[in-house]
Amino acid sequence: MLELFLFFVFAVFAVAGAVGMLVSRSPVASALWMVQTMLALACLYLTLNATFIGVVQVLVYAGAIMVLFLFVIMLLNLEEAPTLSGFSWARAAAFVAGVGVLALLLAVVSVRLVGLPDAPVAAEPVVETSVVALGVALLTRHAFSLEIIAALLLAATIGAVLLAKKRFV
Amino acid sequence: MDLTWYLSLSAVLFTIGVLGVLLRRNVIVVFLSVELMLNSVNLSLVAFSQAFGDVEGQILVFFVISVAAAEAAVGLAIVIALFRNKLTINVDEIRLFRG
Repeated sequence: MLELFLFFVFAVFAVAGAVGMLVSRSPVASALWMVQTMLALACLYLTLNATFIGVVQVLVYAGAIMVLFLFVIMLLNLEEAPTLSGFSWARAAAFVAGVGVLALLLAVVSVRLVGLPDAPVAAEPVVETSVVALGVALLTRHAFSLEIIAALLLAATIGAVLLAKKRFV
Repeated sequence: MDLTWYLSLSAVLFTIGVLGVLLRRNVIVVFLSVELMLNSVNLSLVAFSQAFGDVEGQILVFFVISVAAAEAAVGLAIVIALFRNKLTINVDEIRLFRG
């Protein structure tokens, strides 16, 4: 019962943050709404016993990536964007496409998926998804992928510095 | 707690991300919407991982977060370079390939 209550509280926070991100005029407000969504998702990960992923979500998304976004927004010194009000055919088509995507996803969710366990999501911690199990799997079976990710992050850092340099483009 | 609730929330968040990409013209908000879509998929991956009692889903989420961090760094650098040349970040006015 408590779990259901917590899920709905954090789900409402996440959806409210996402909608706020979508409709707010200023990019700074959009980024701050997004922080709320990230934090709500981190709490949902904690209720799912994924403690490590929850902490990483707060550190990397709500911390690092959002601060990067805010830095860039303030660096660019933008004017306020026009609001979403006003009708246009392109906007109506985009809305219909979005509703179609939602209908498709919910249809897939509502179908009983083959091979899905009947048991509900476990309330007590499952031993196999502890931080220790995560670290062991990451450094044994997925060690090569981990090295590739390290190389990717280095390449992305160098690429970002080069792209943002004054006389590159 | 049924898995369906988590998947439905994930679908709703993904749809809001799609709407953000389609409706907004500010390239930074479009970027934020892409991040939102990545996050919604992460939520469904963690829910599946917990439902199956398997750690592989969380490892995939770990890699997704790493790639998203790299993508955000490069993407925002591109936004800065574009703004320096075009003095706009409206996606309707950025048409490098159309001349």
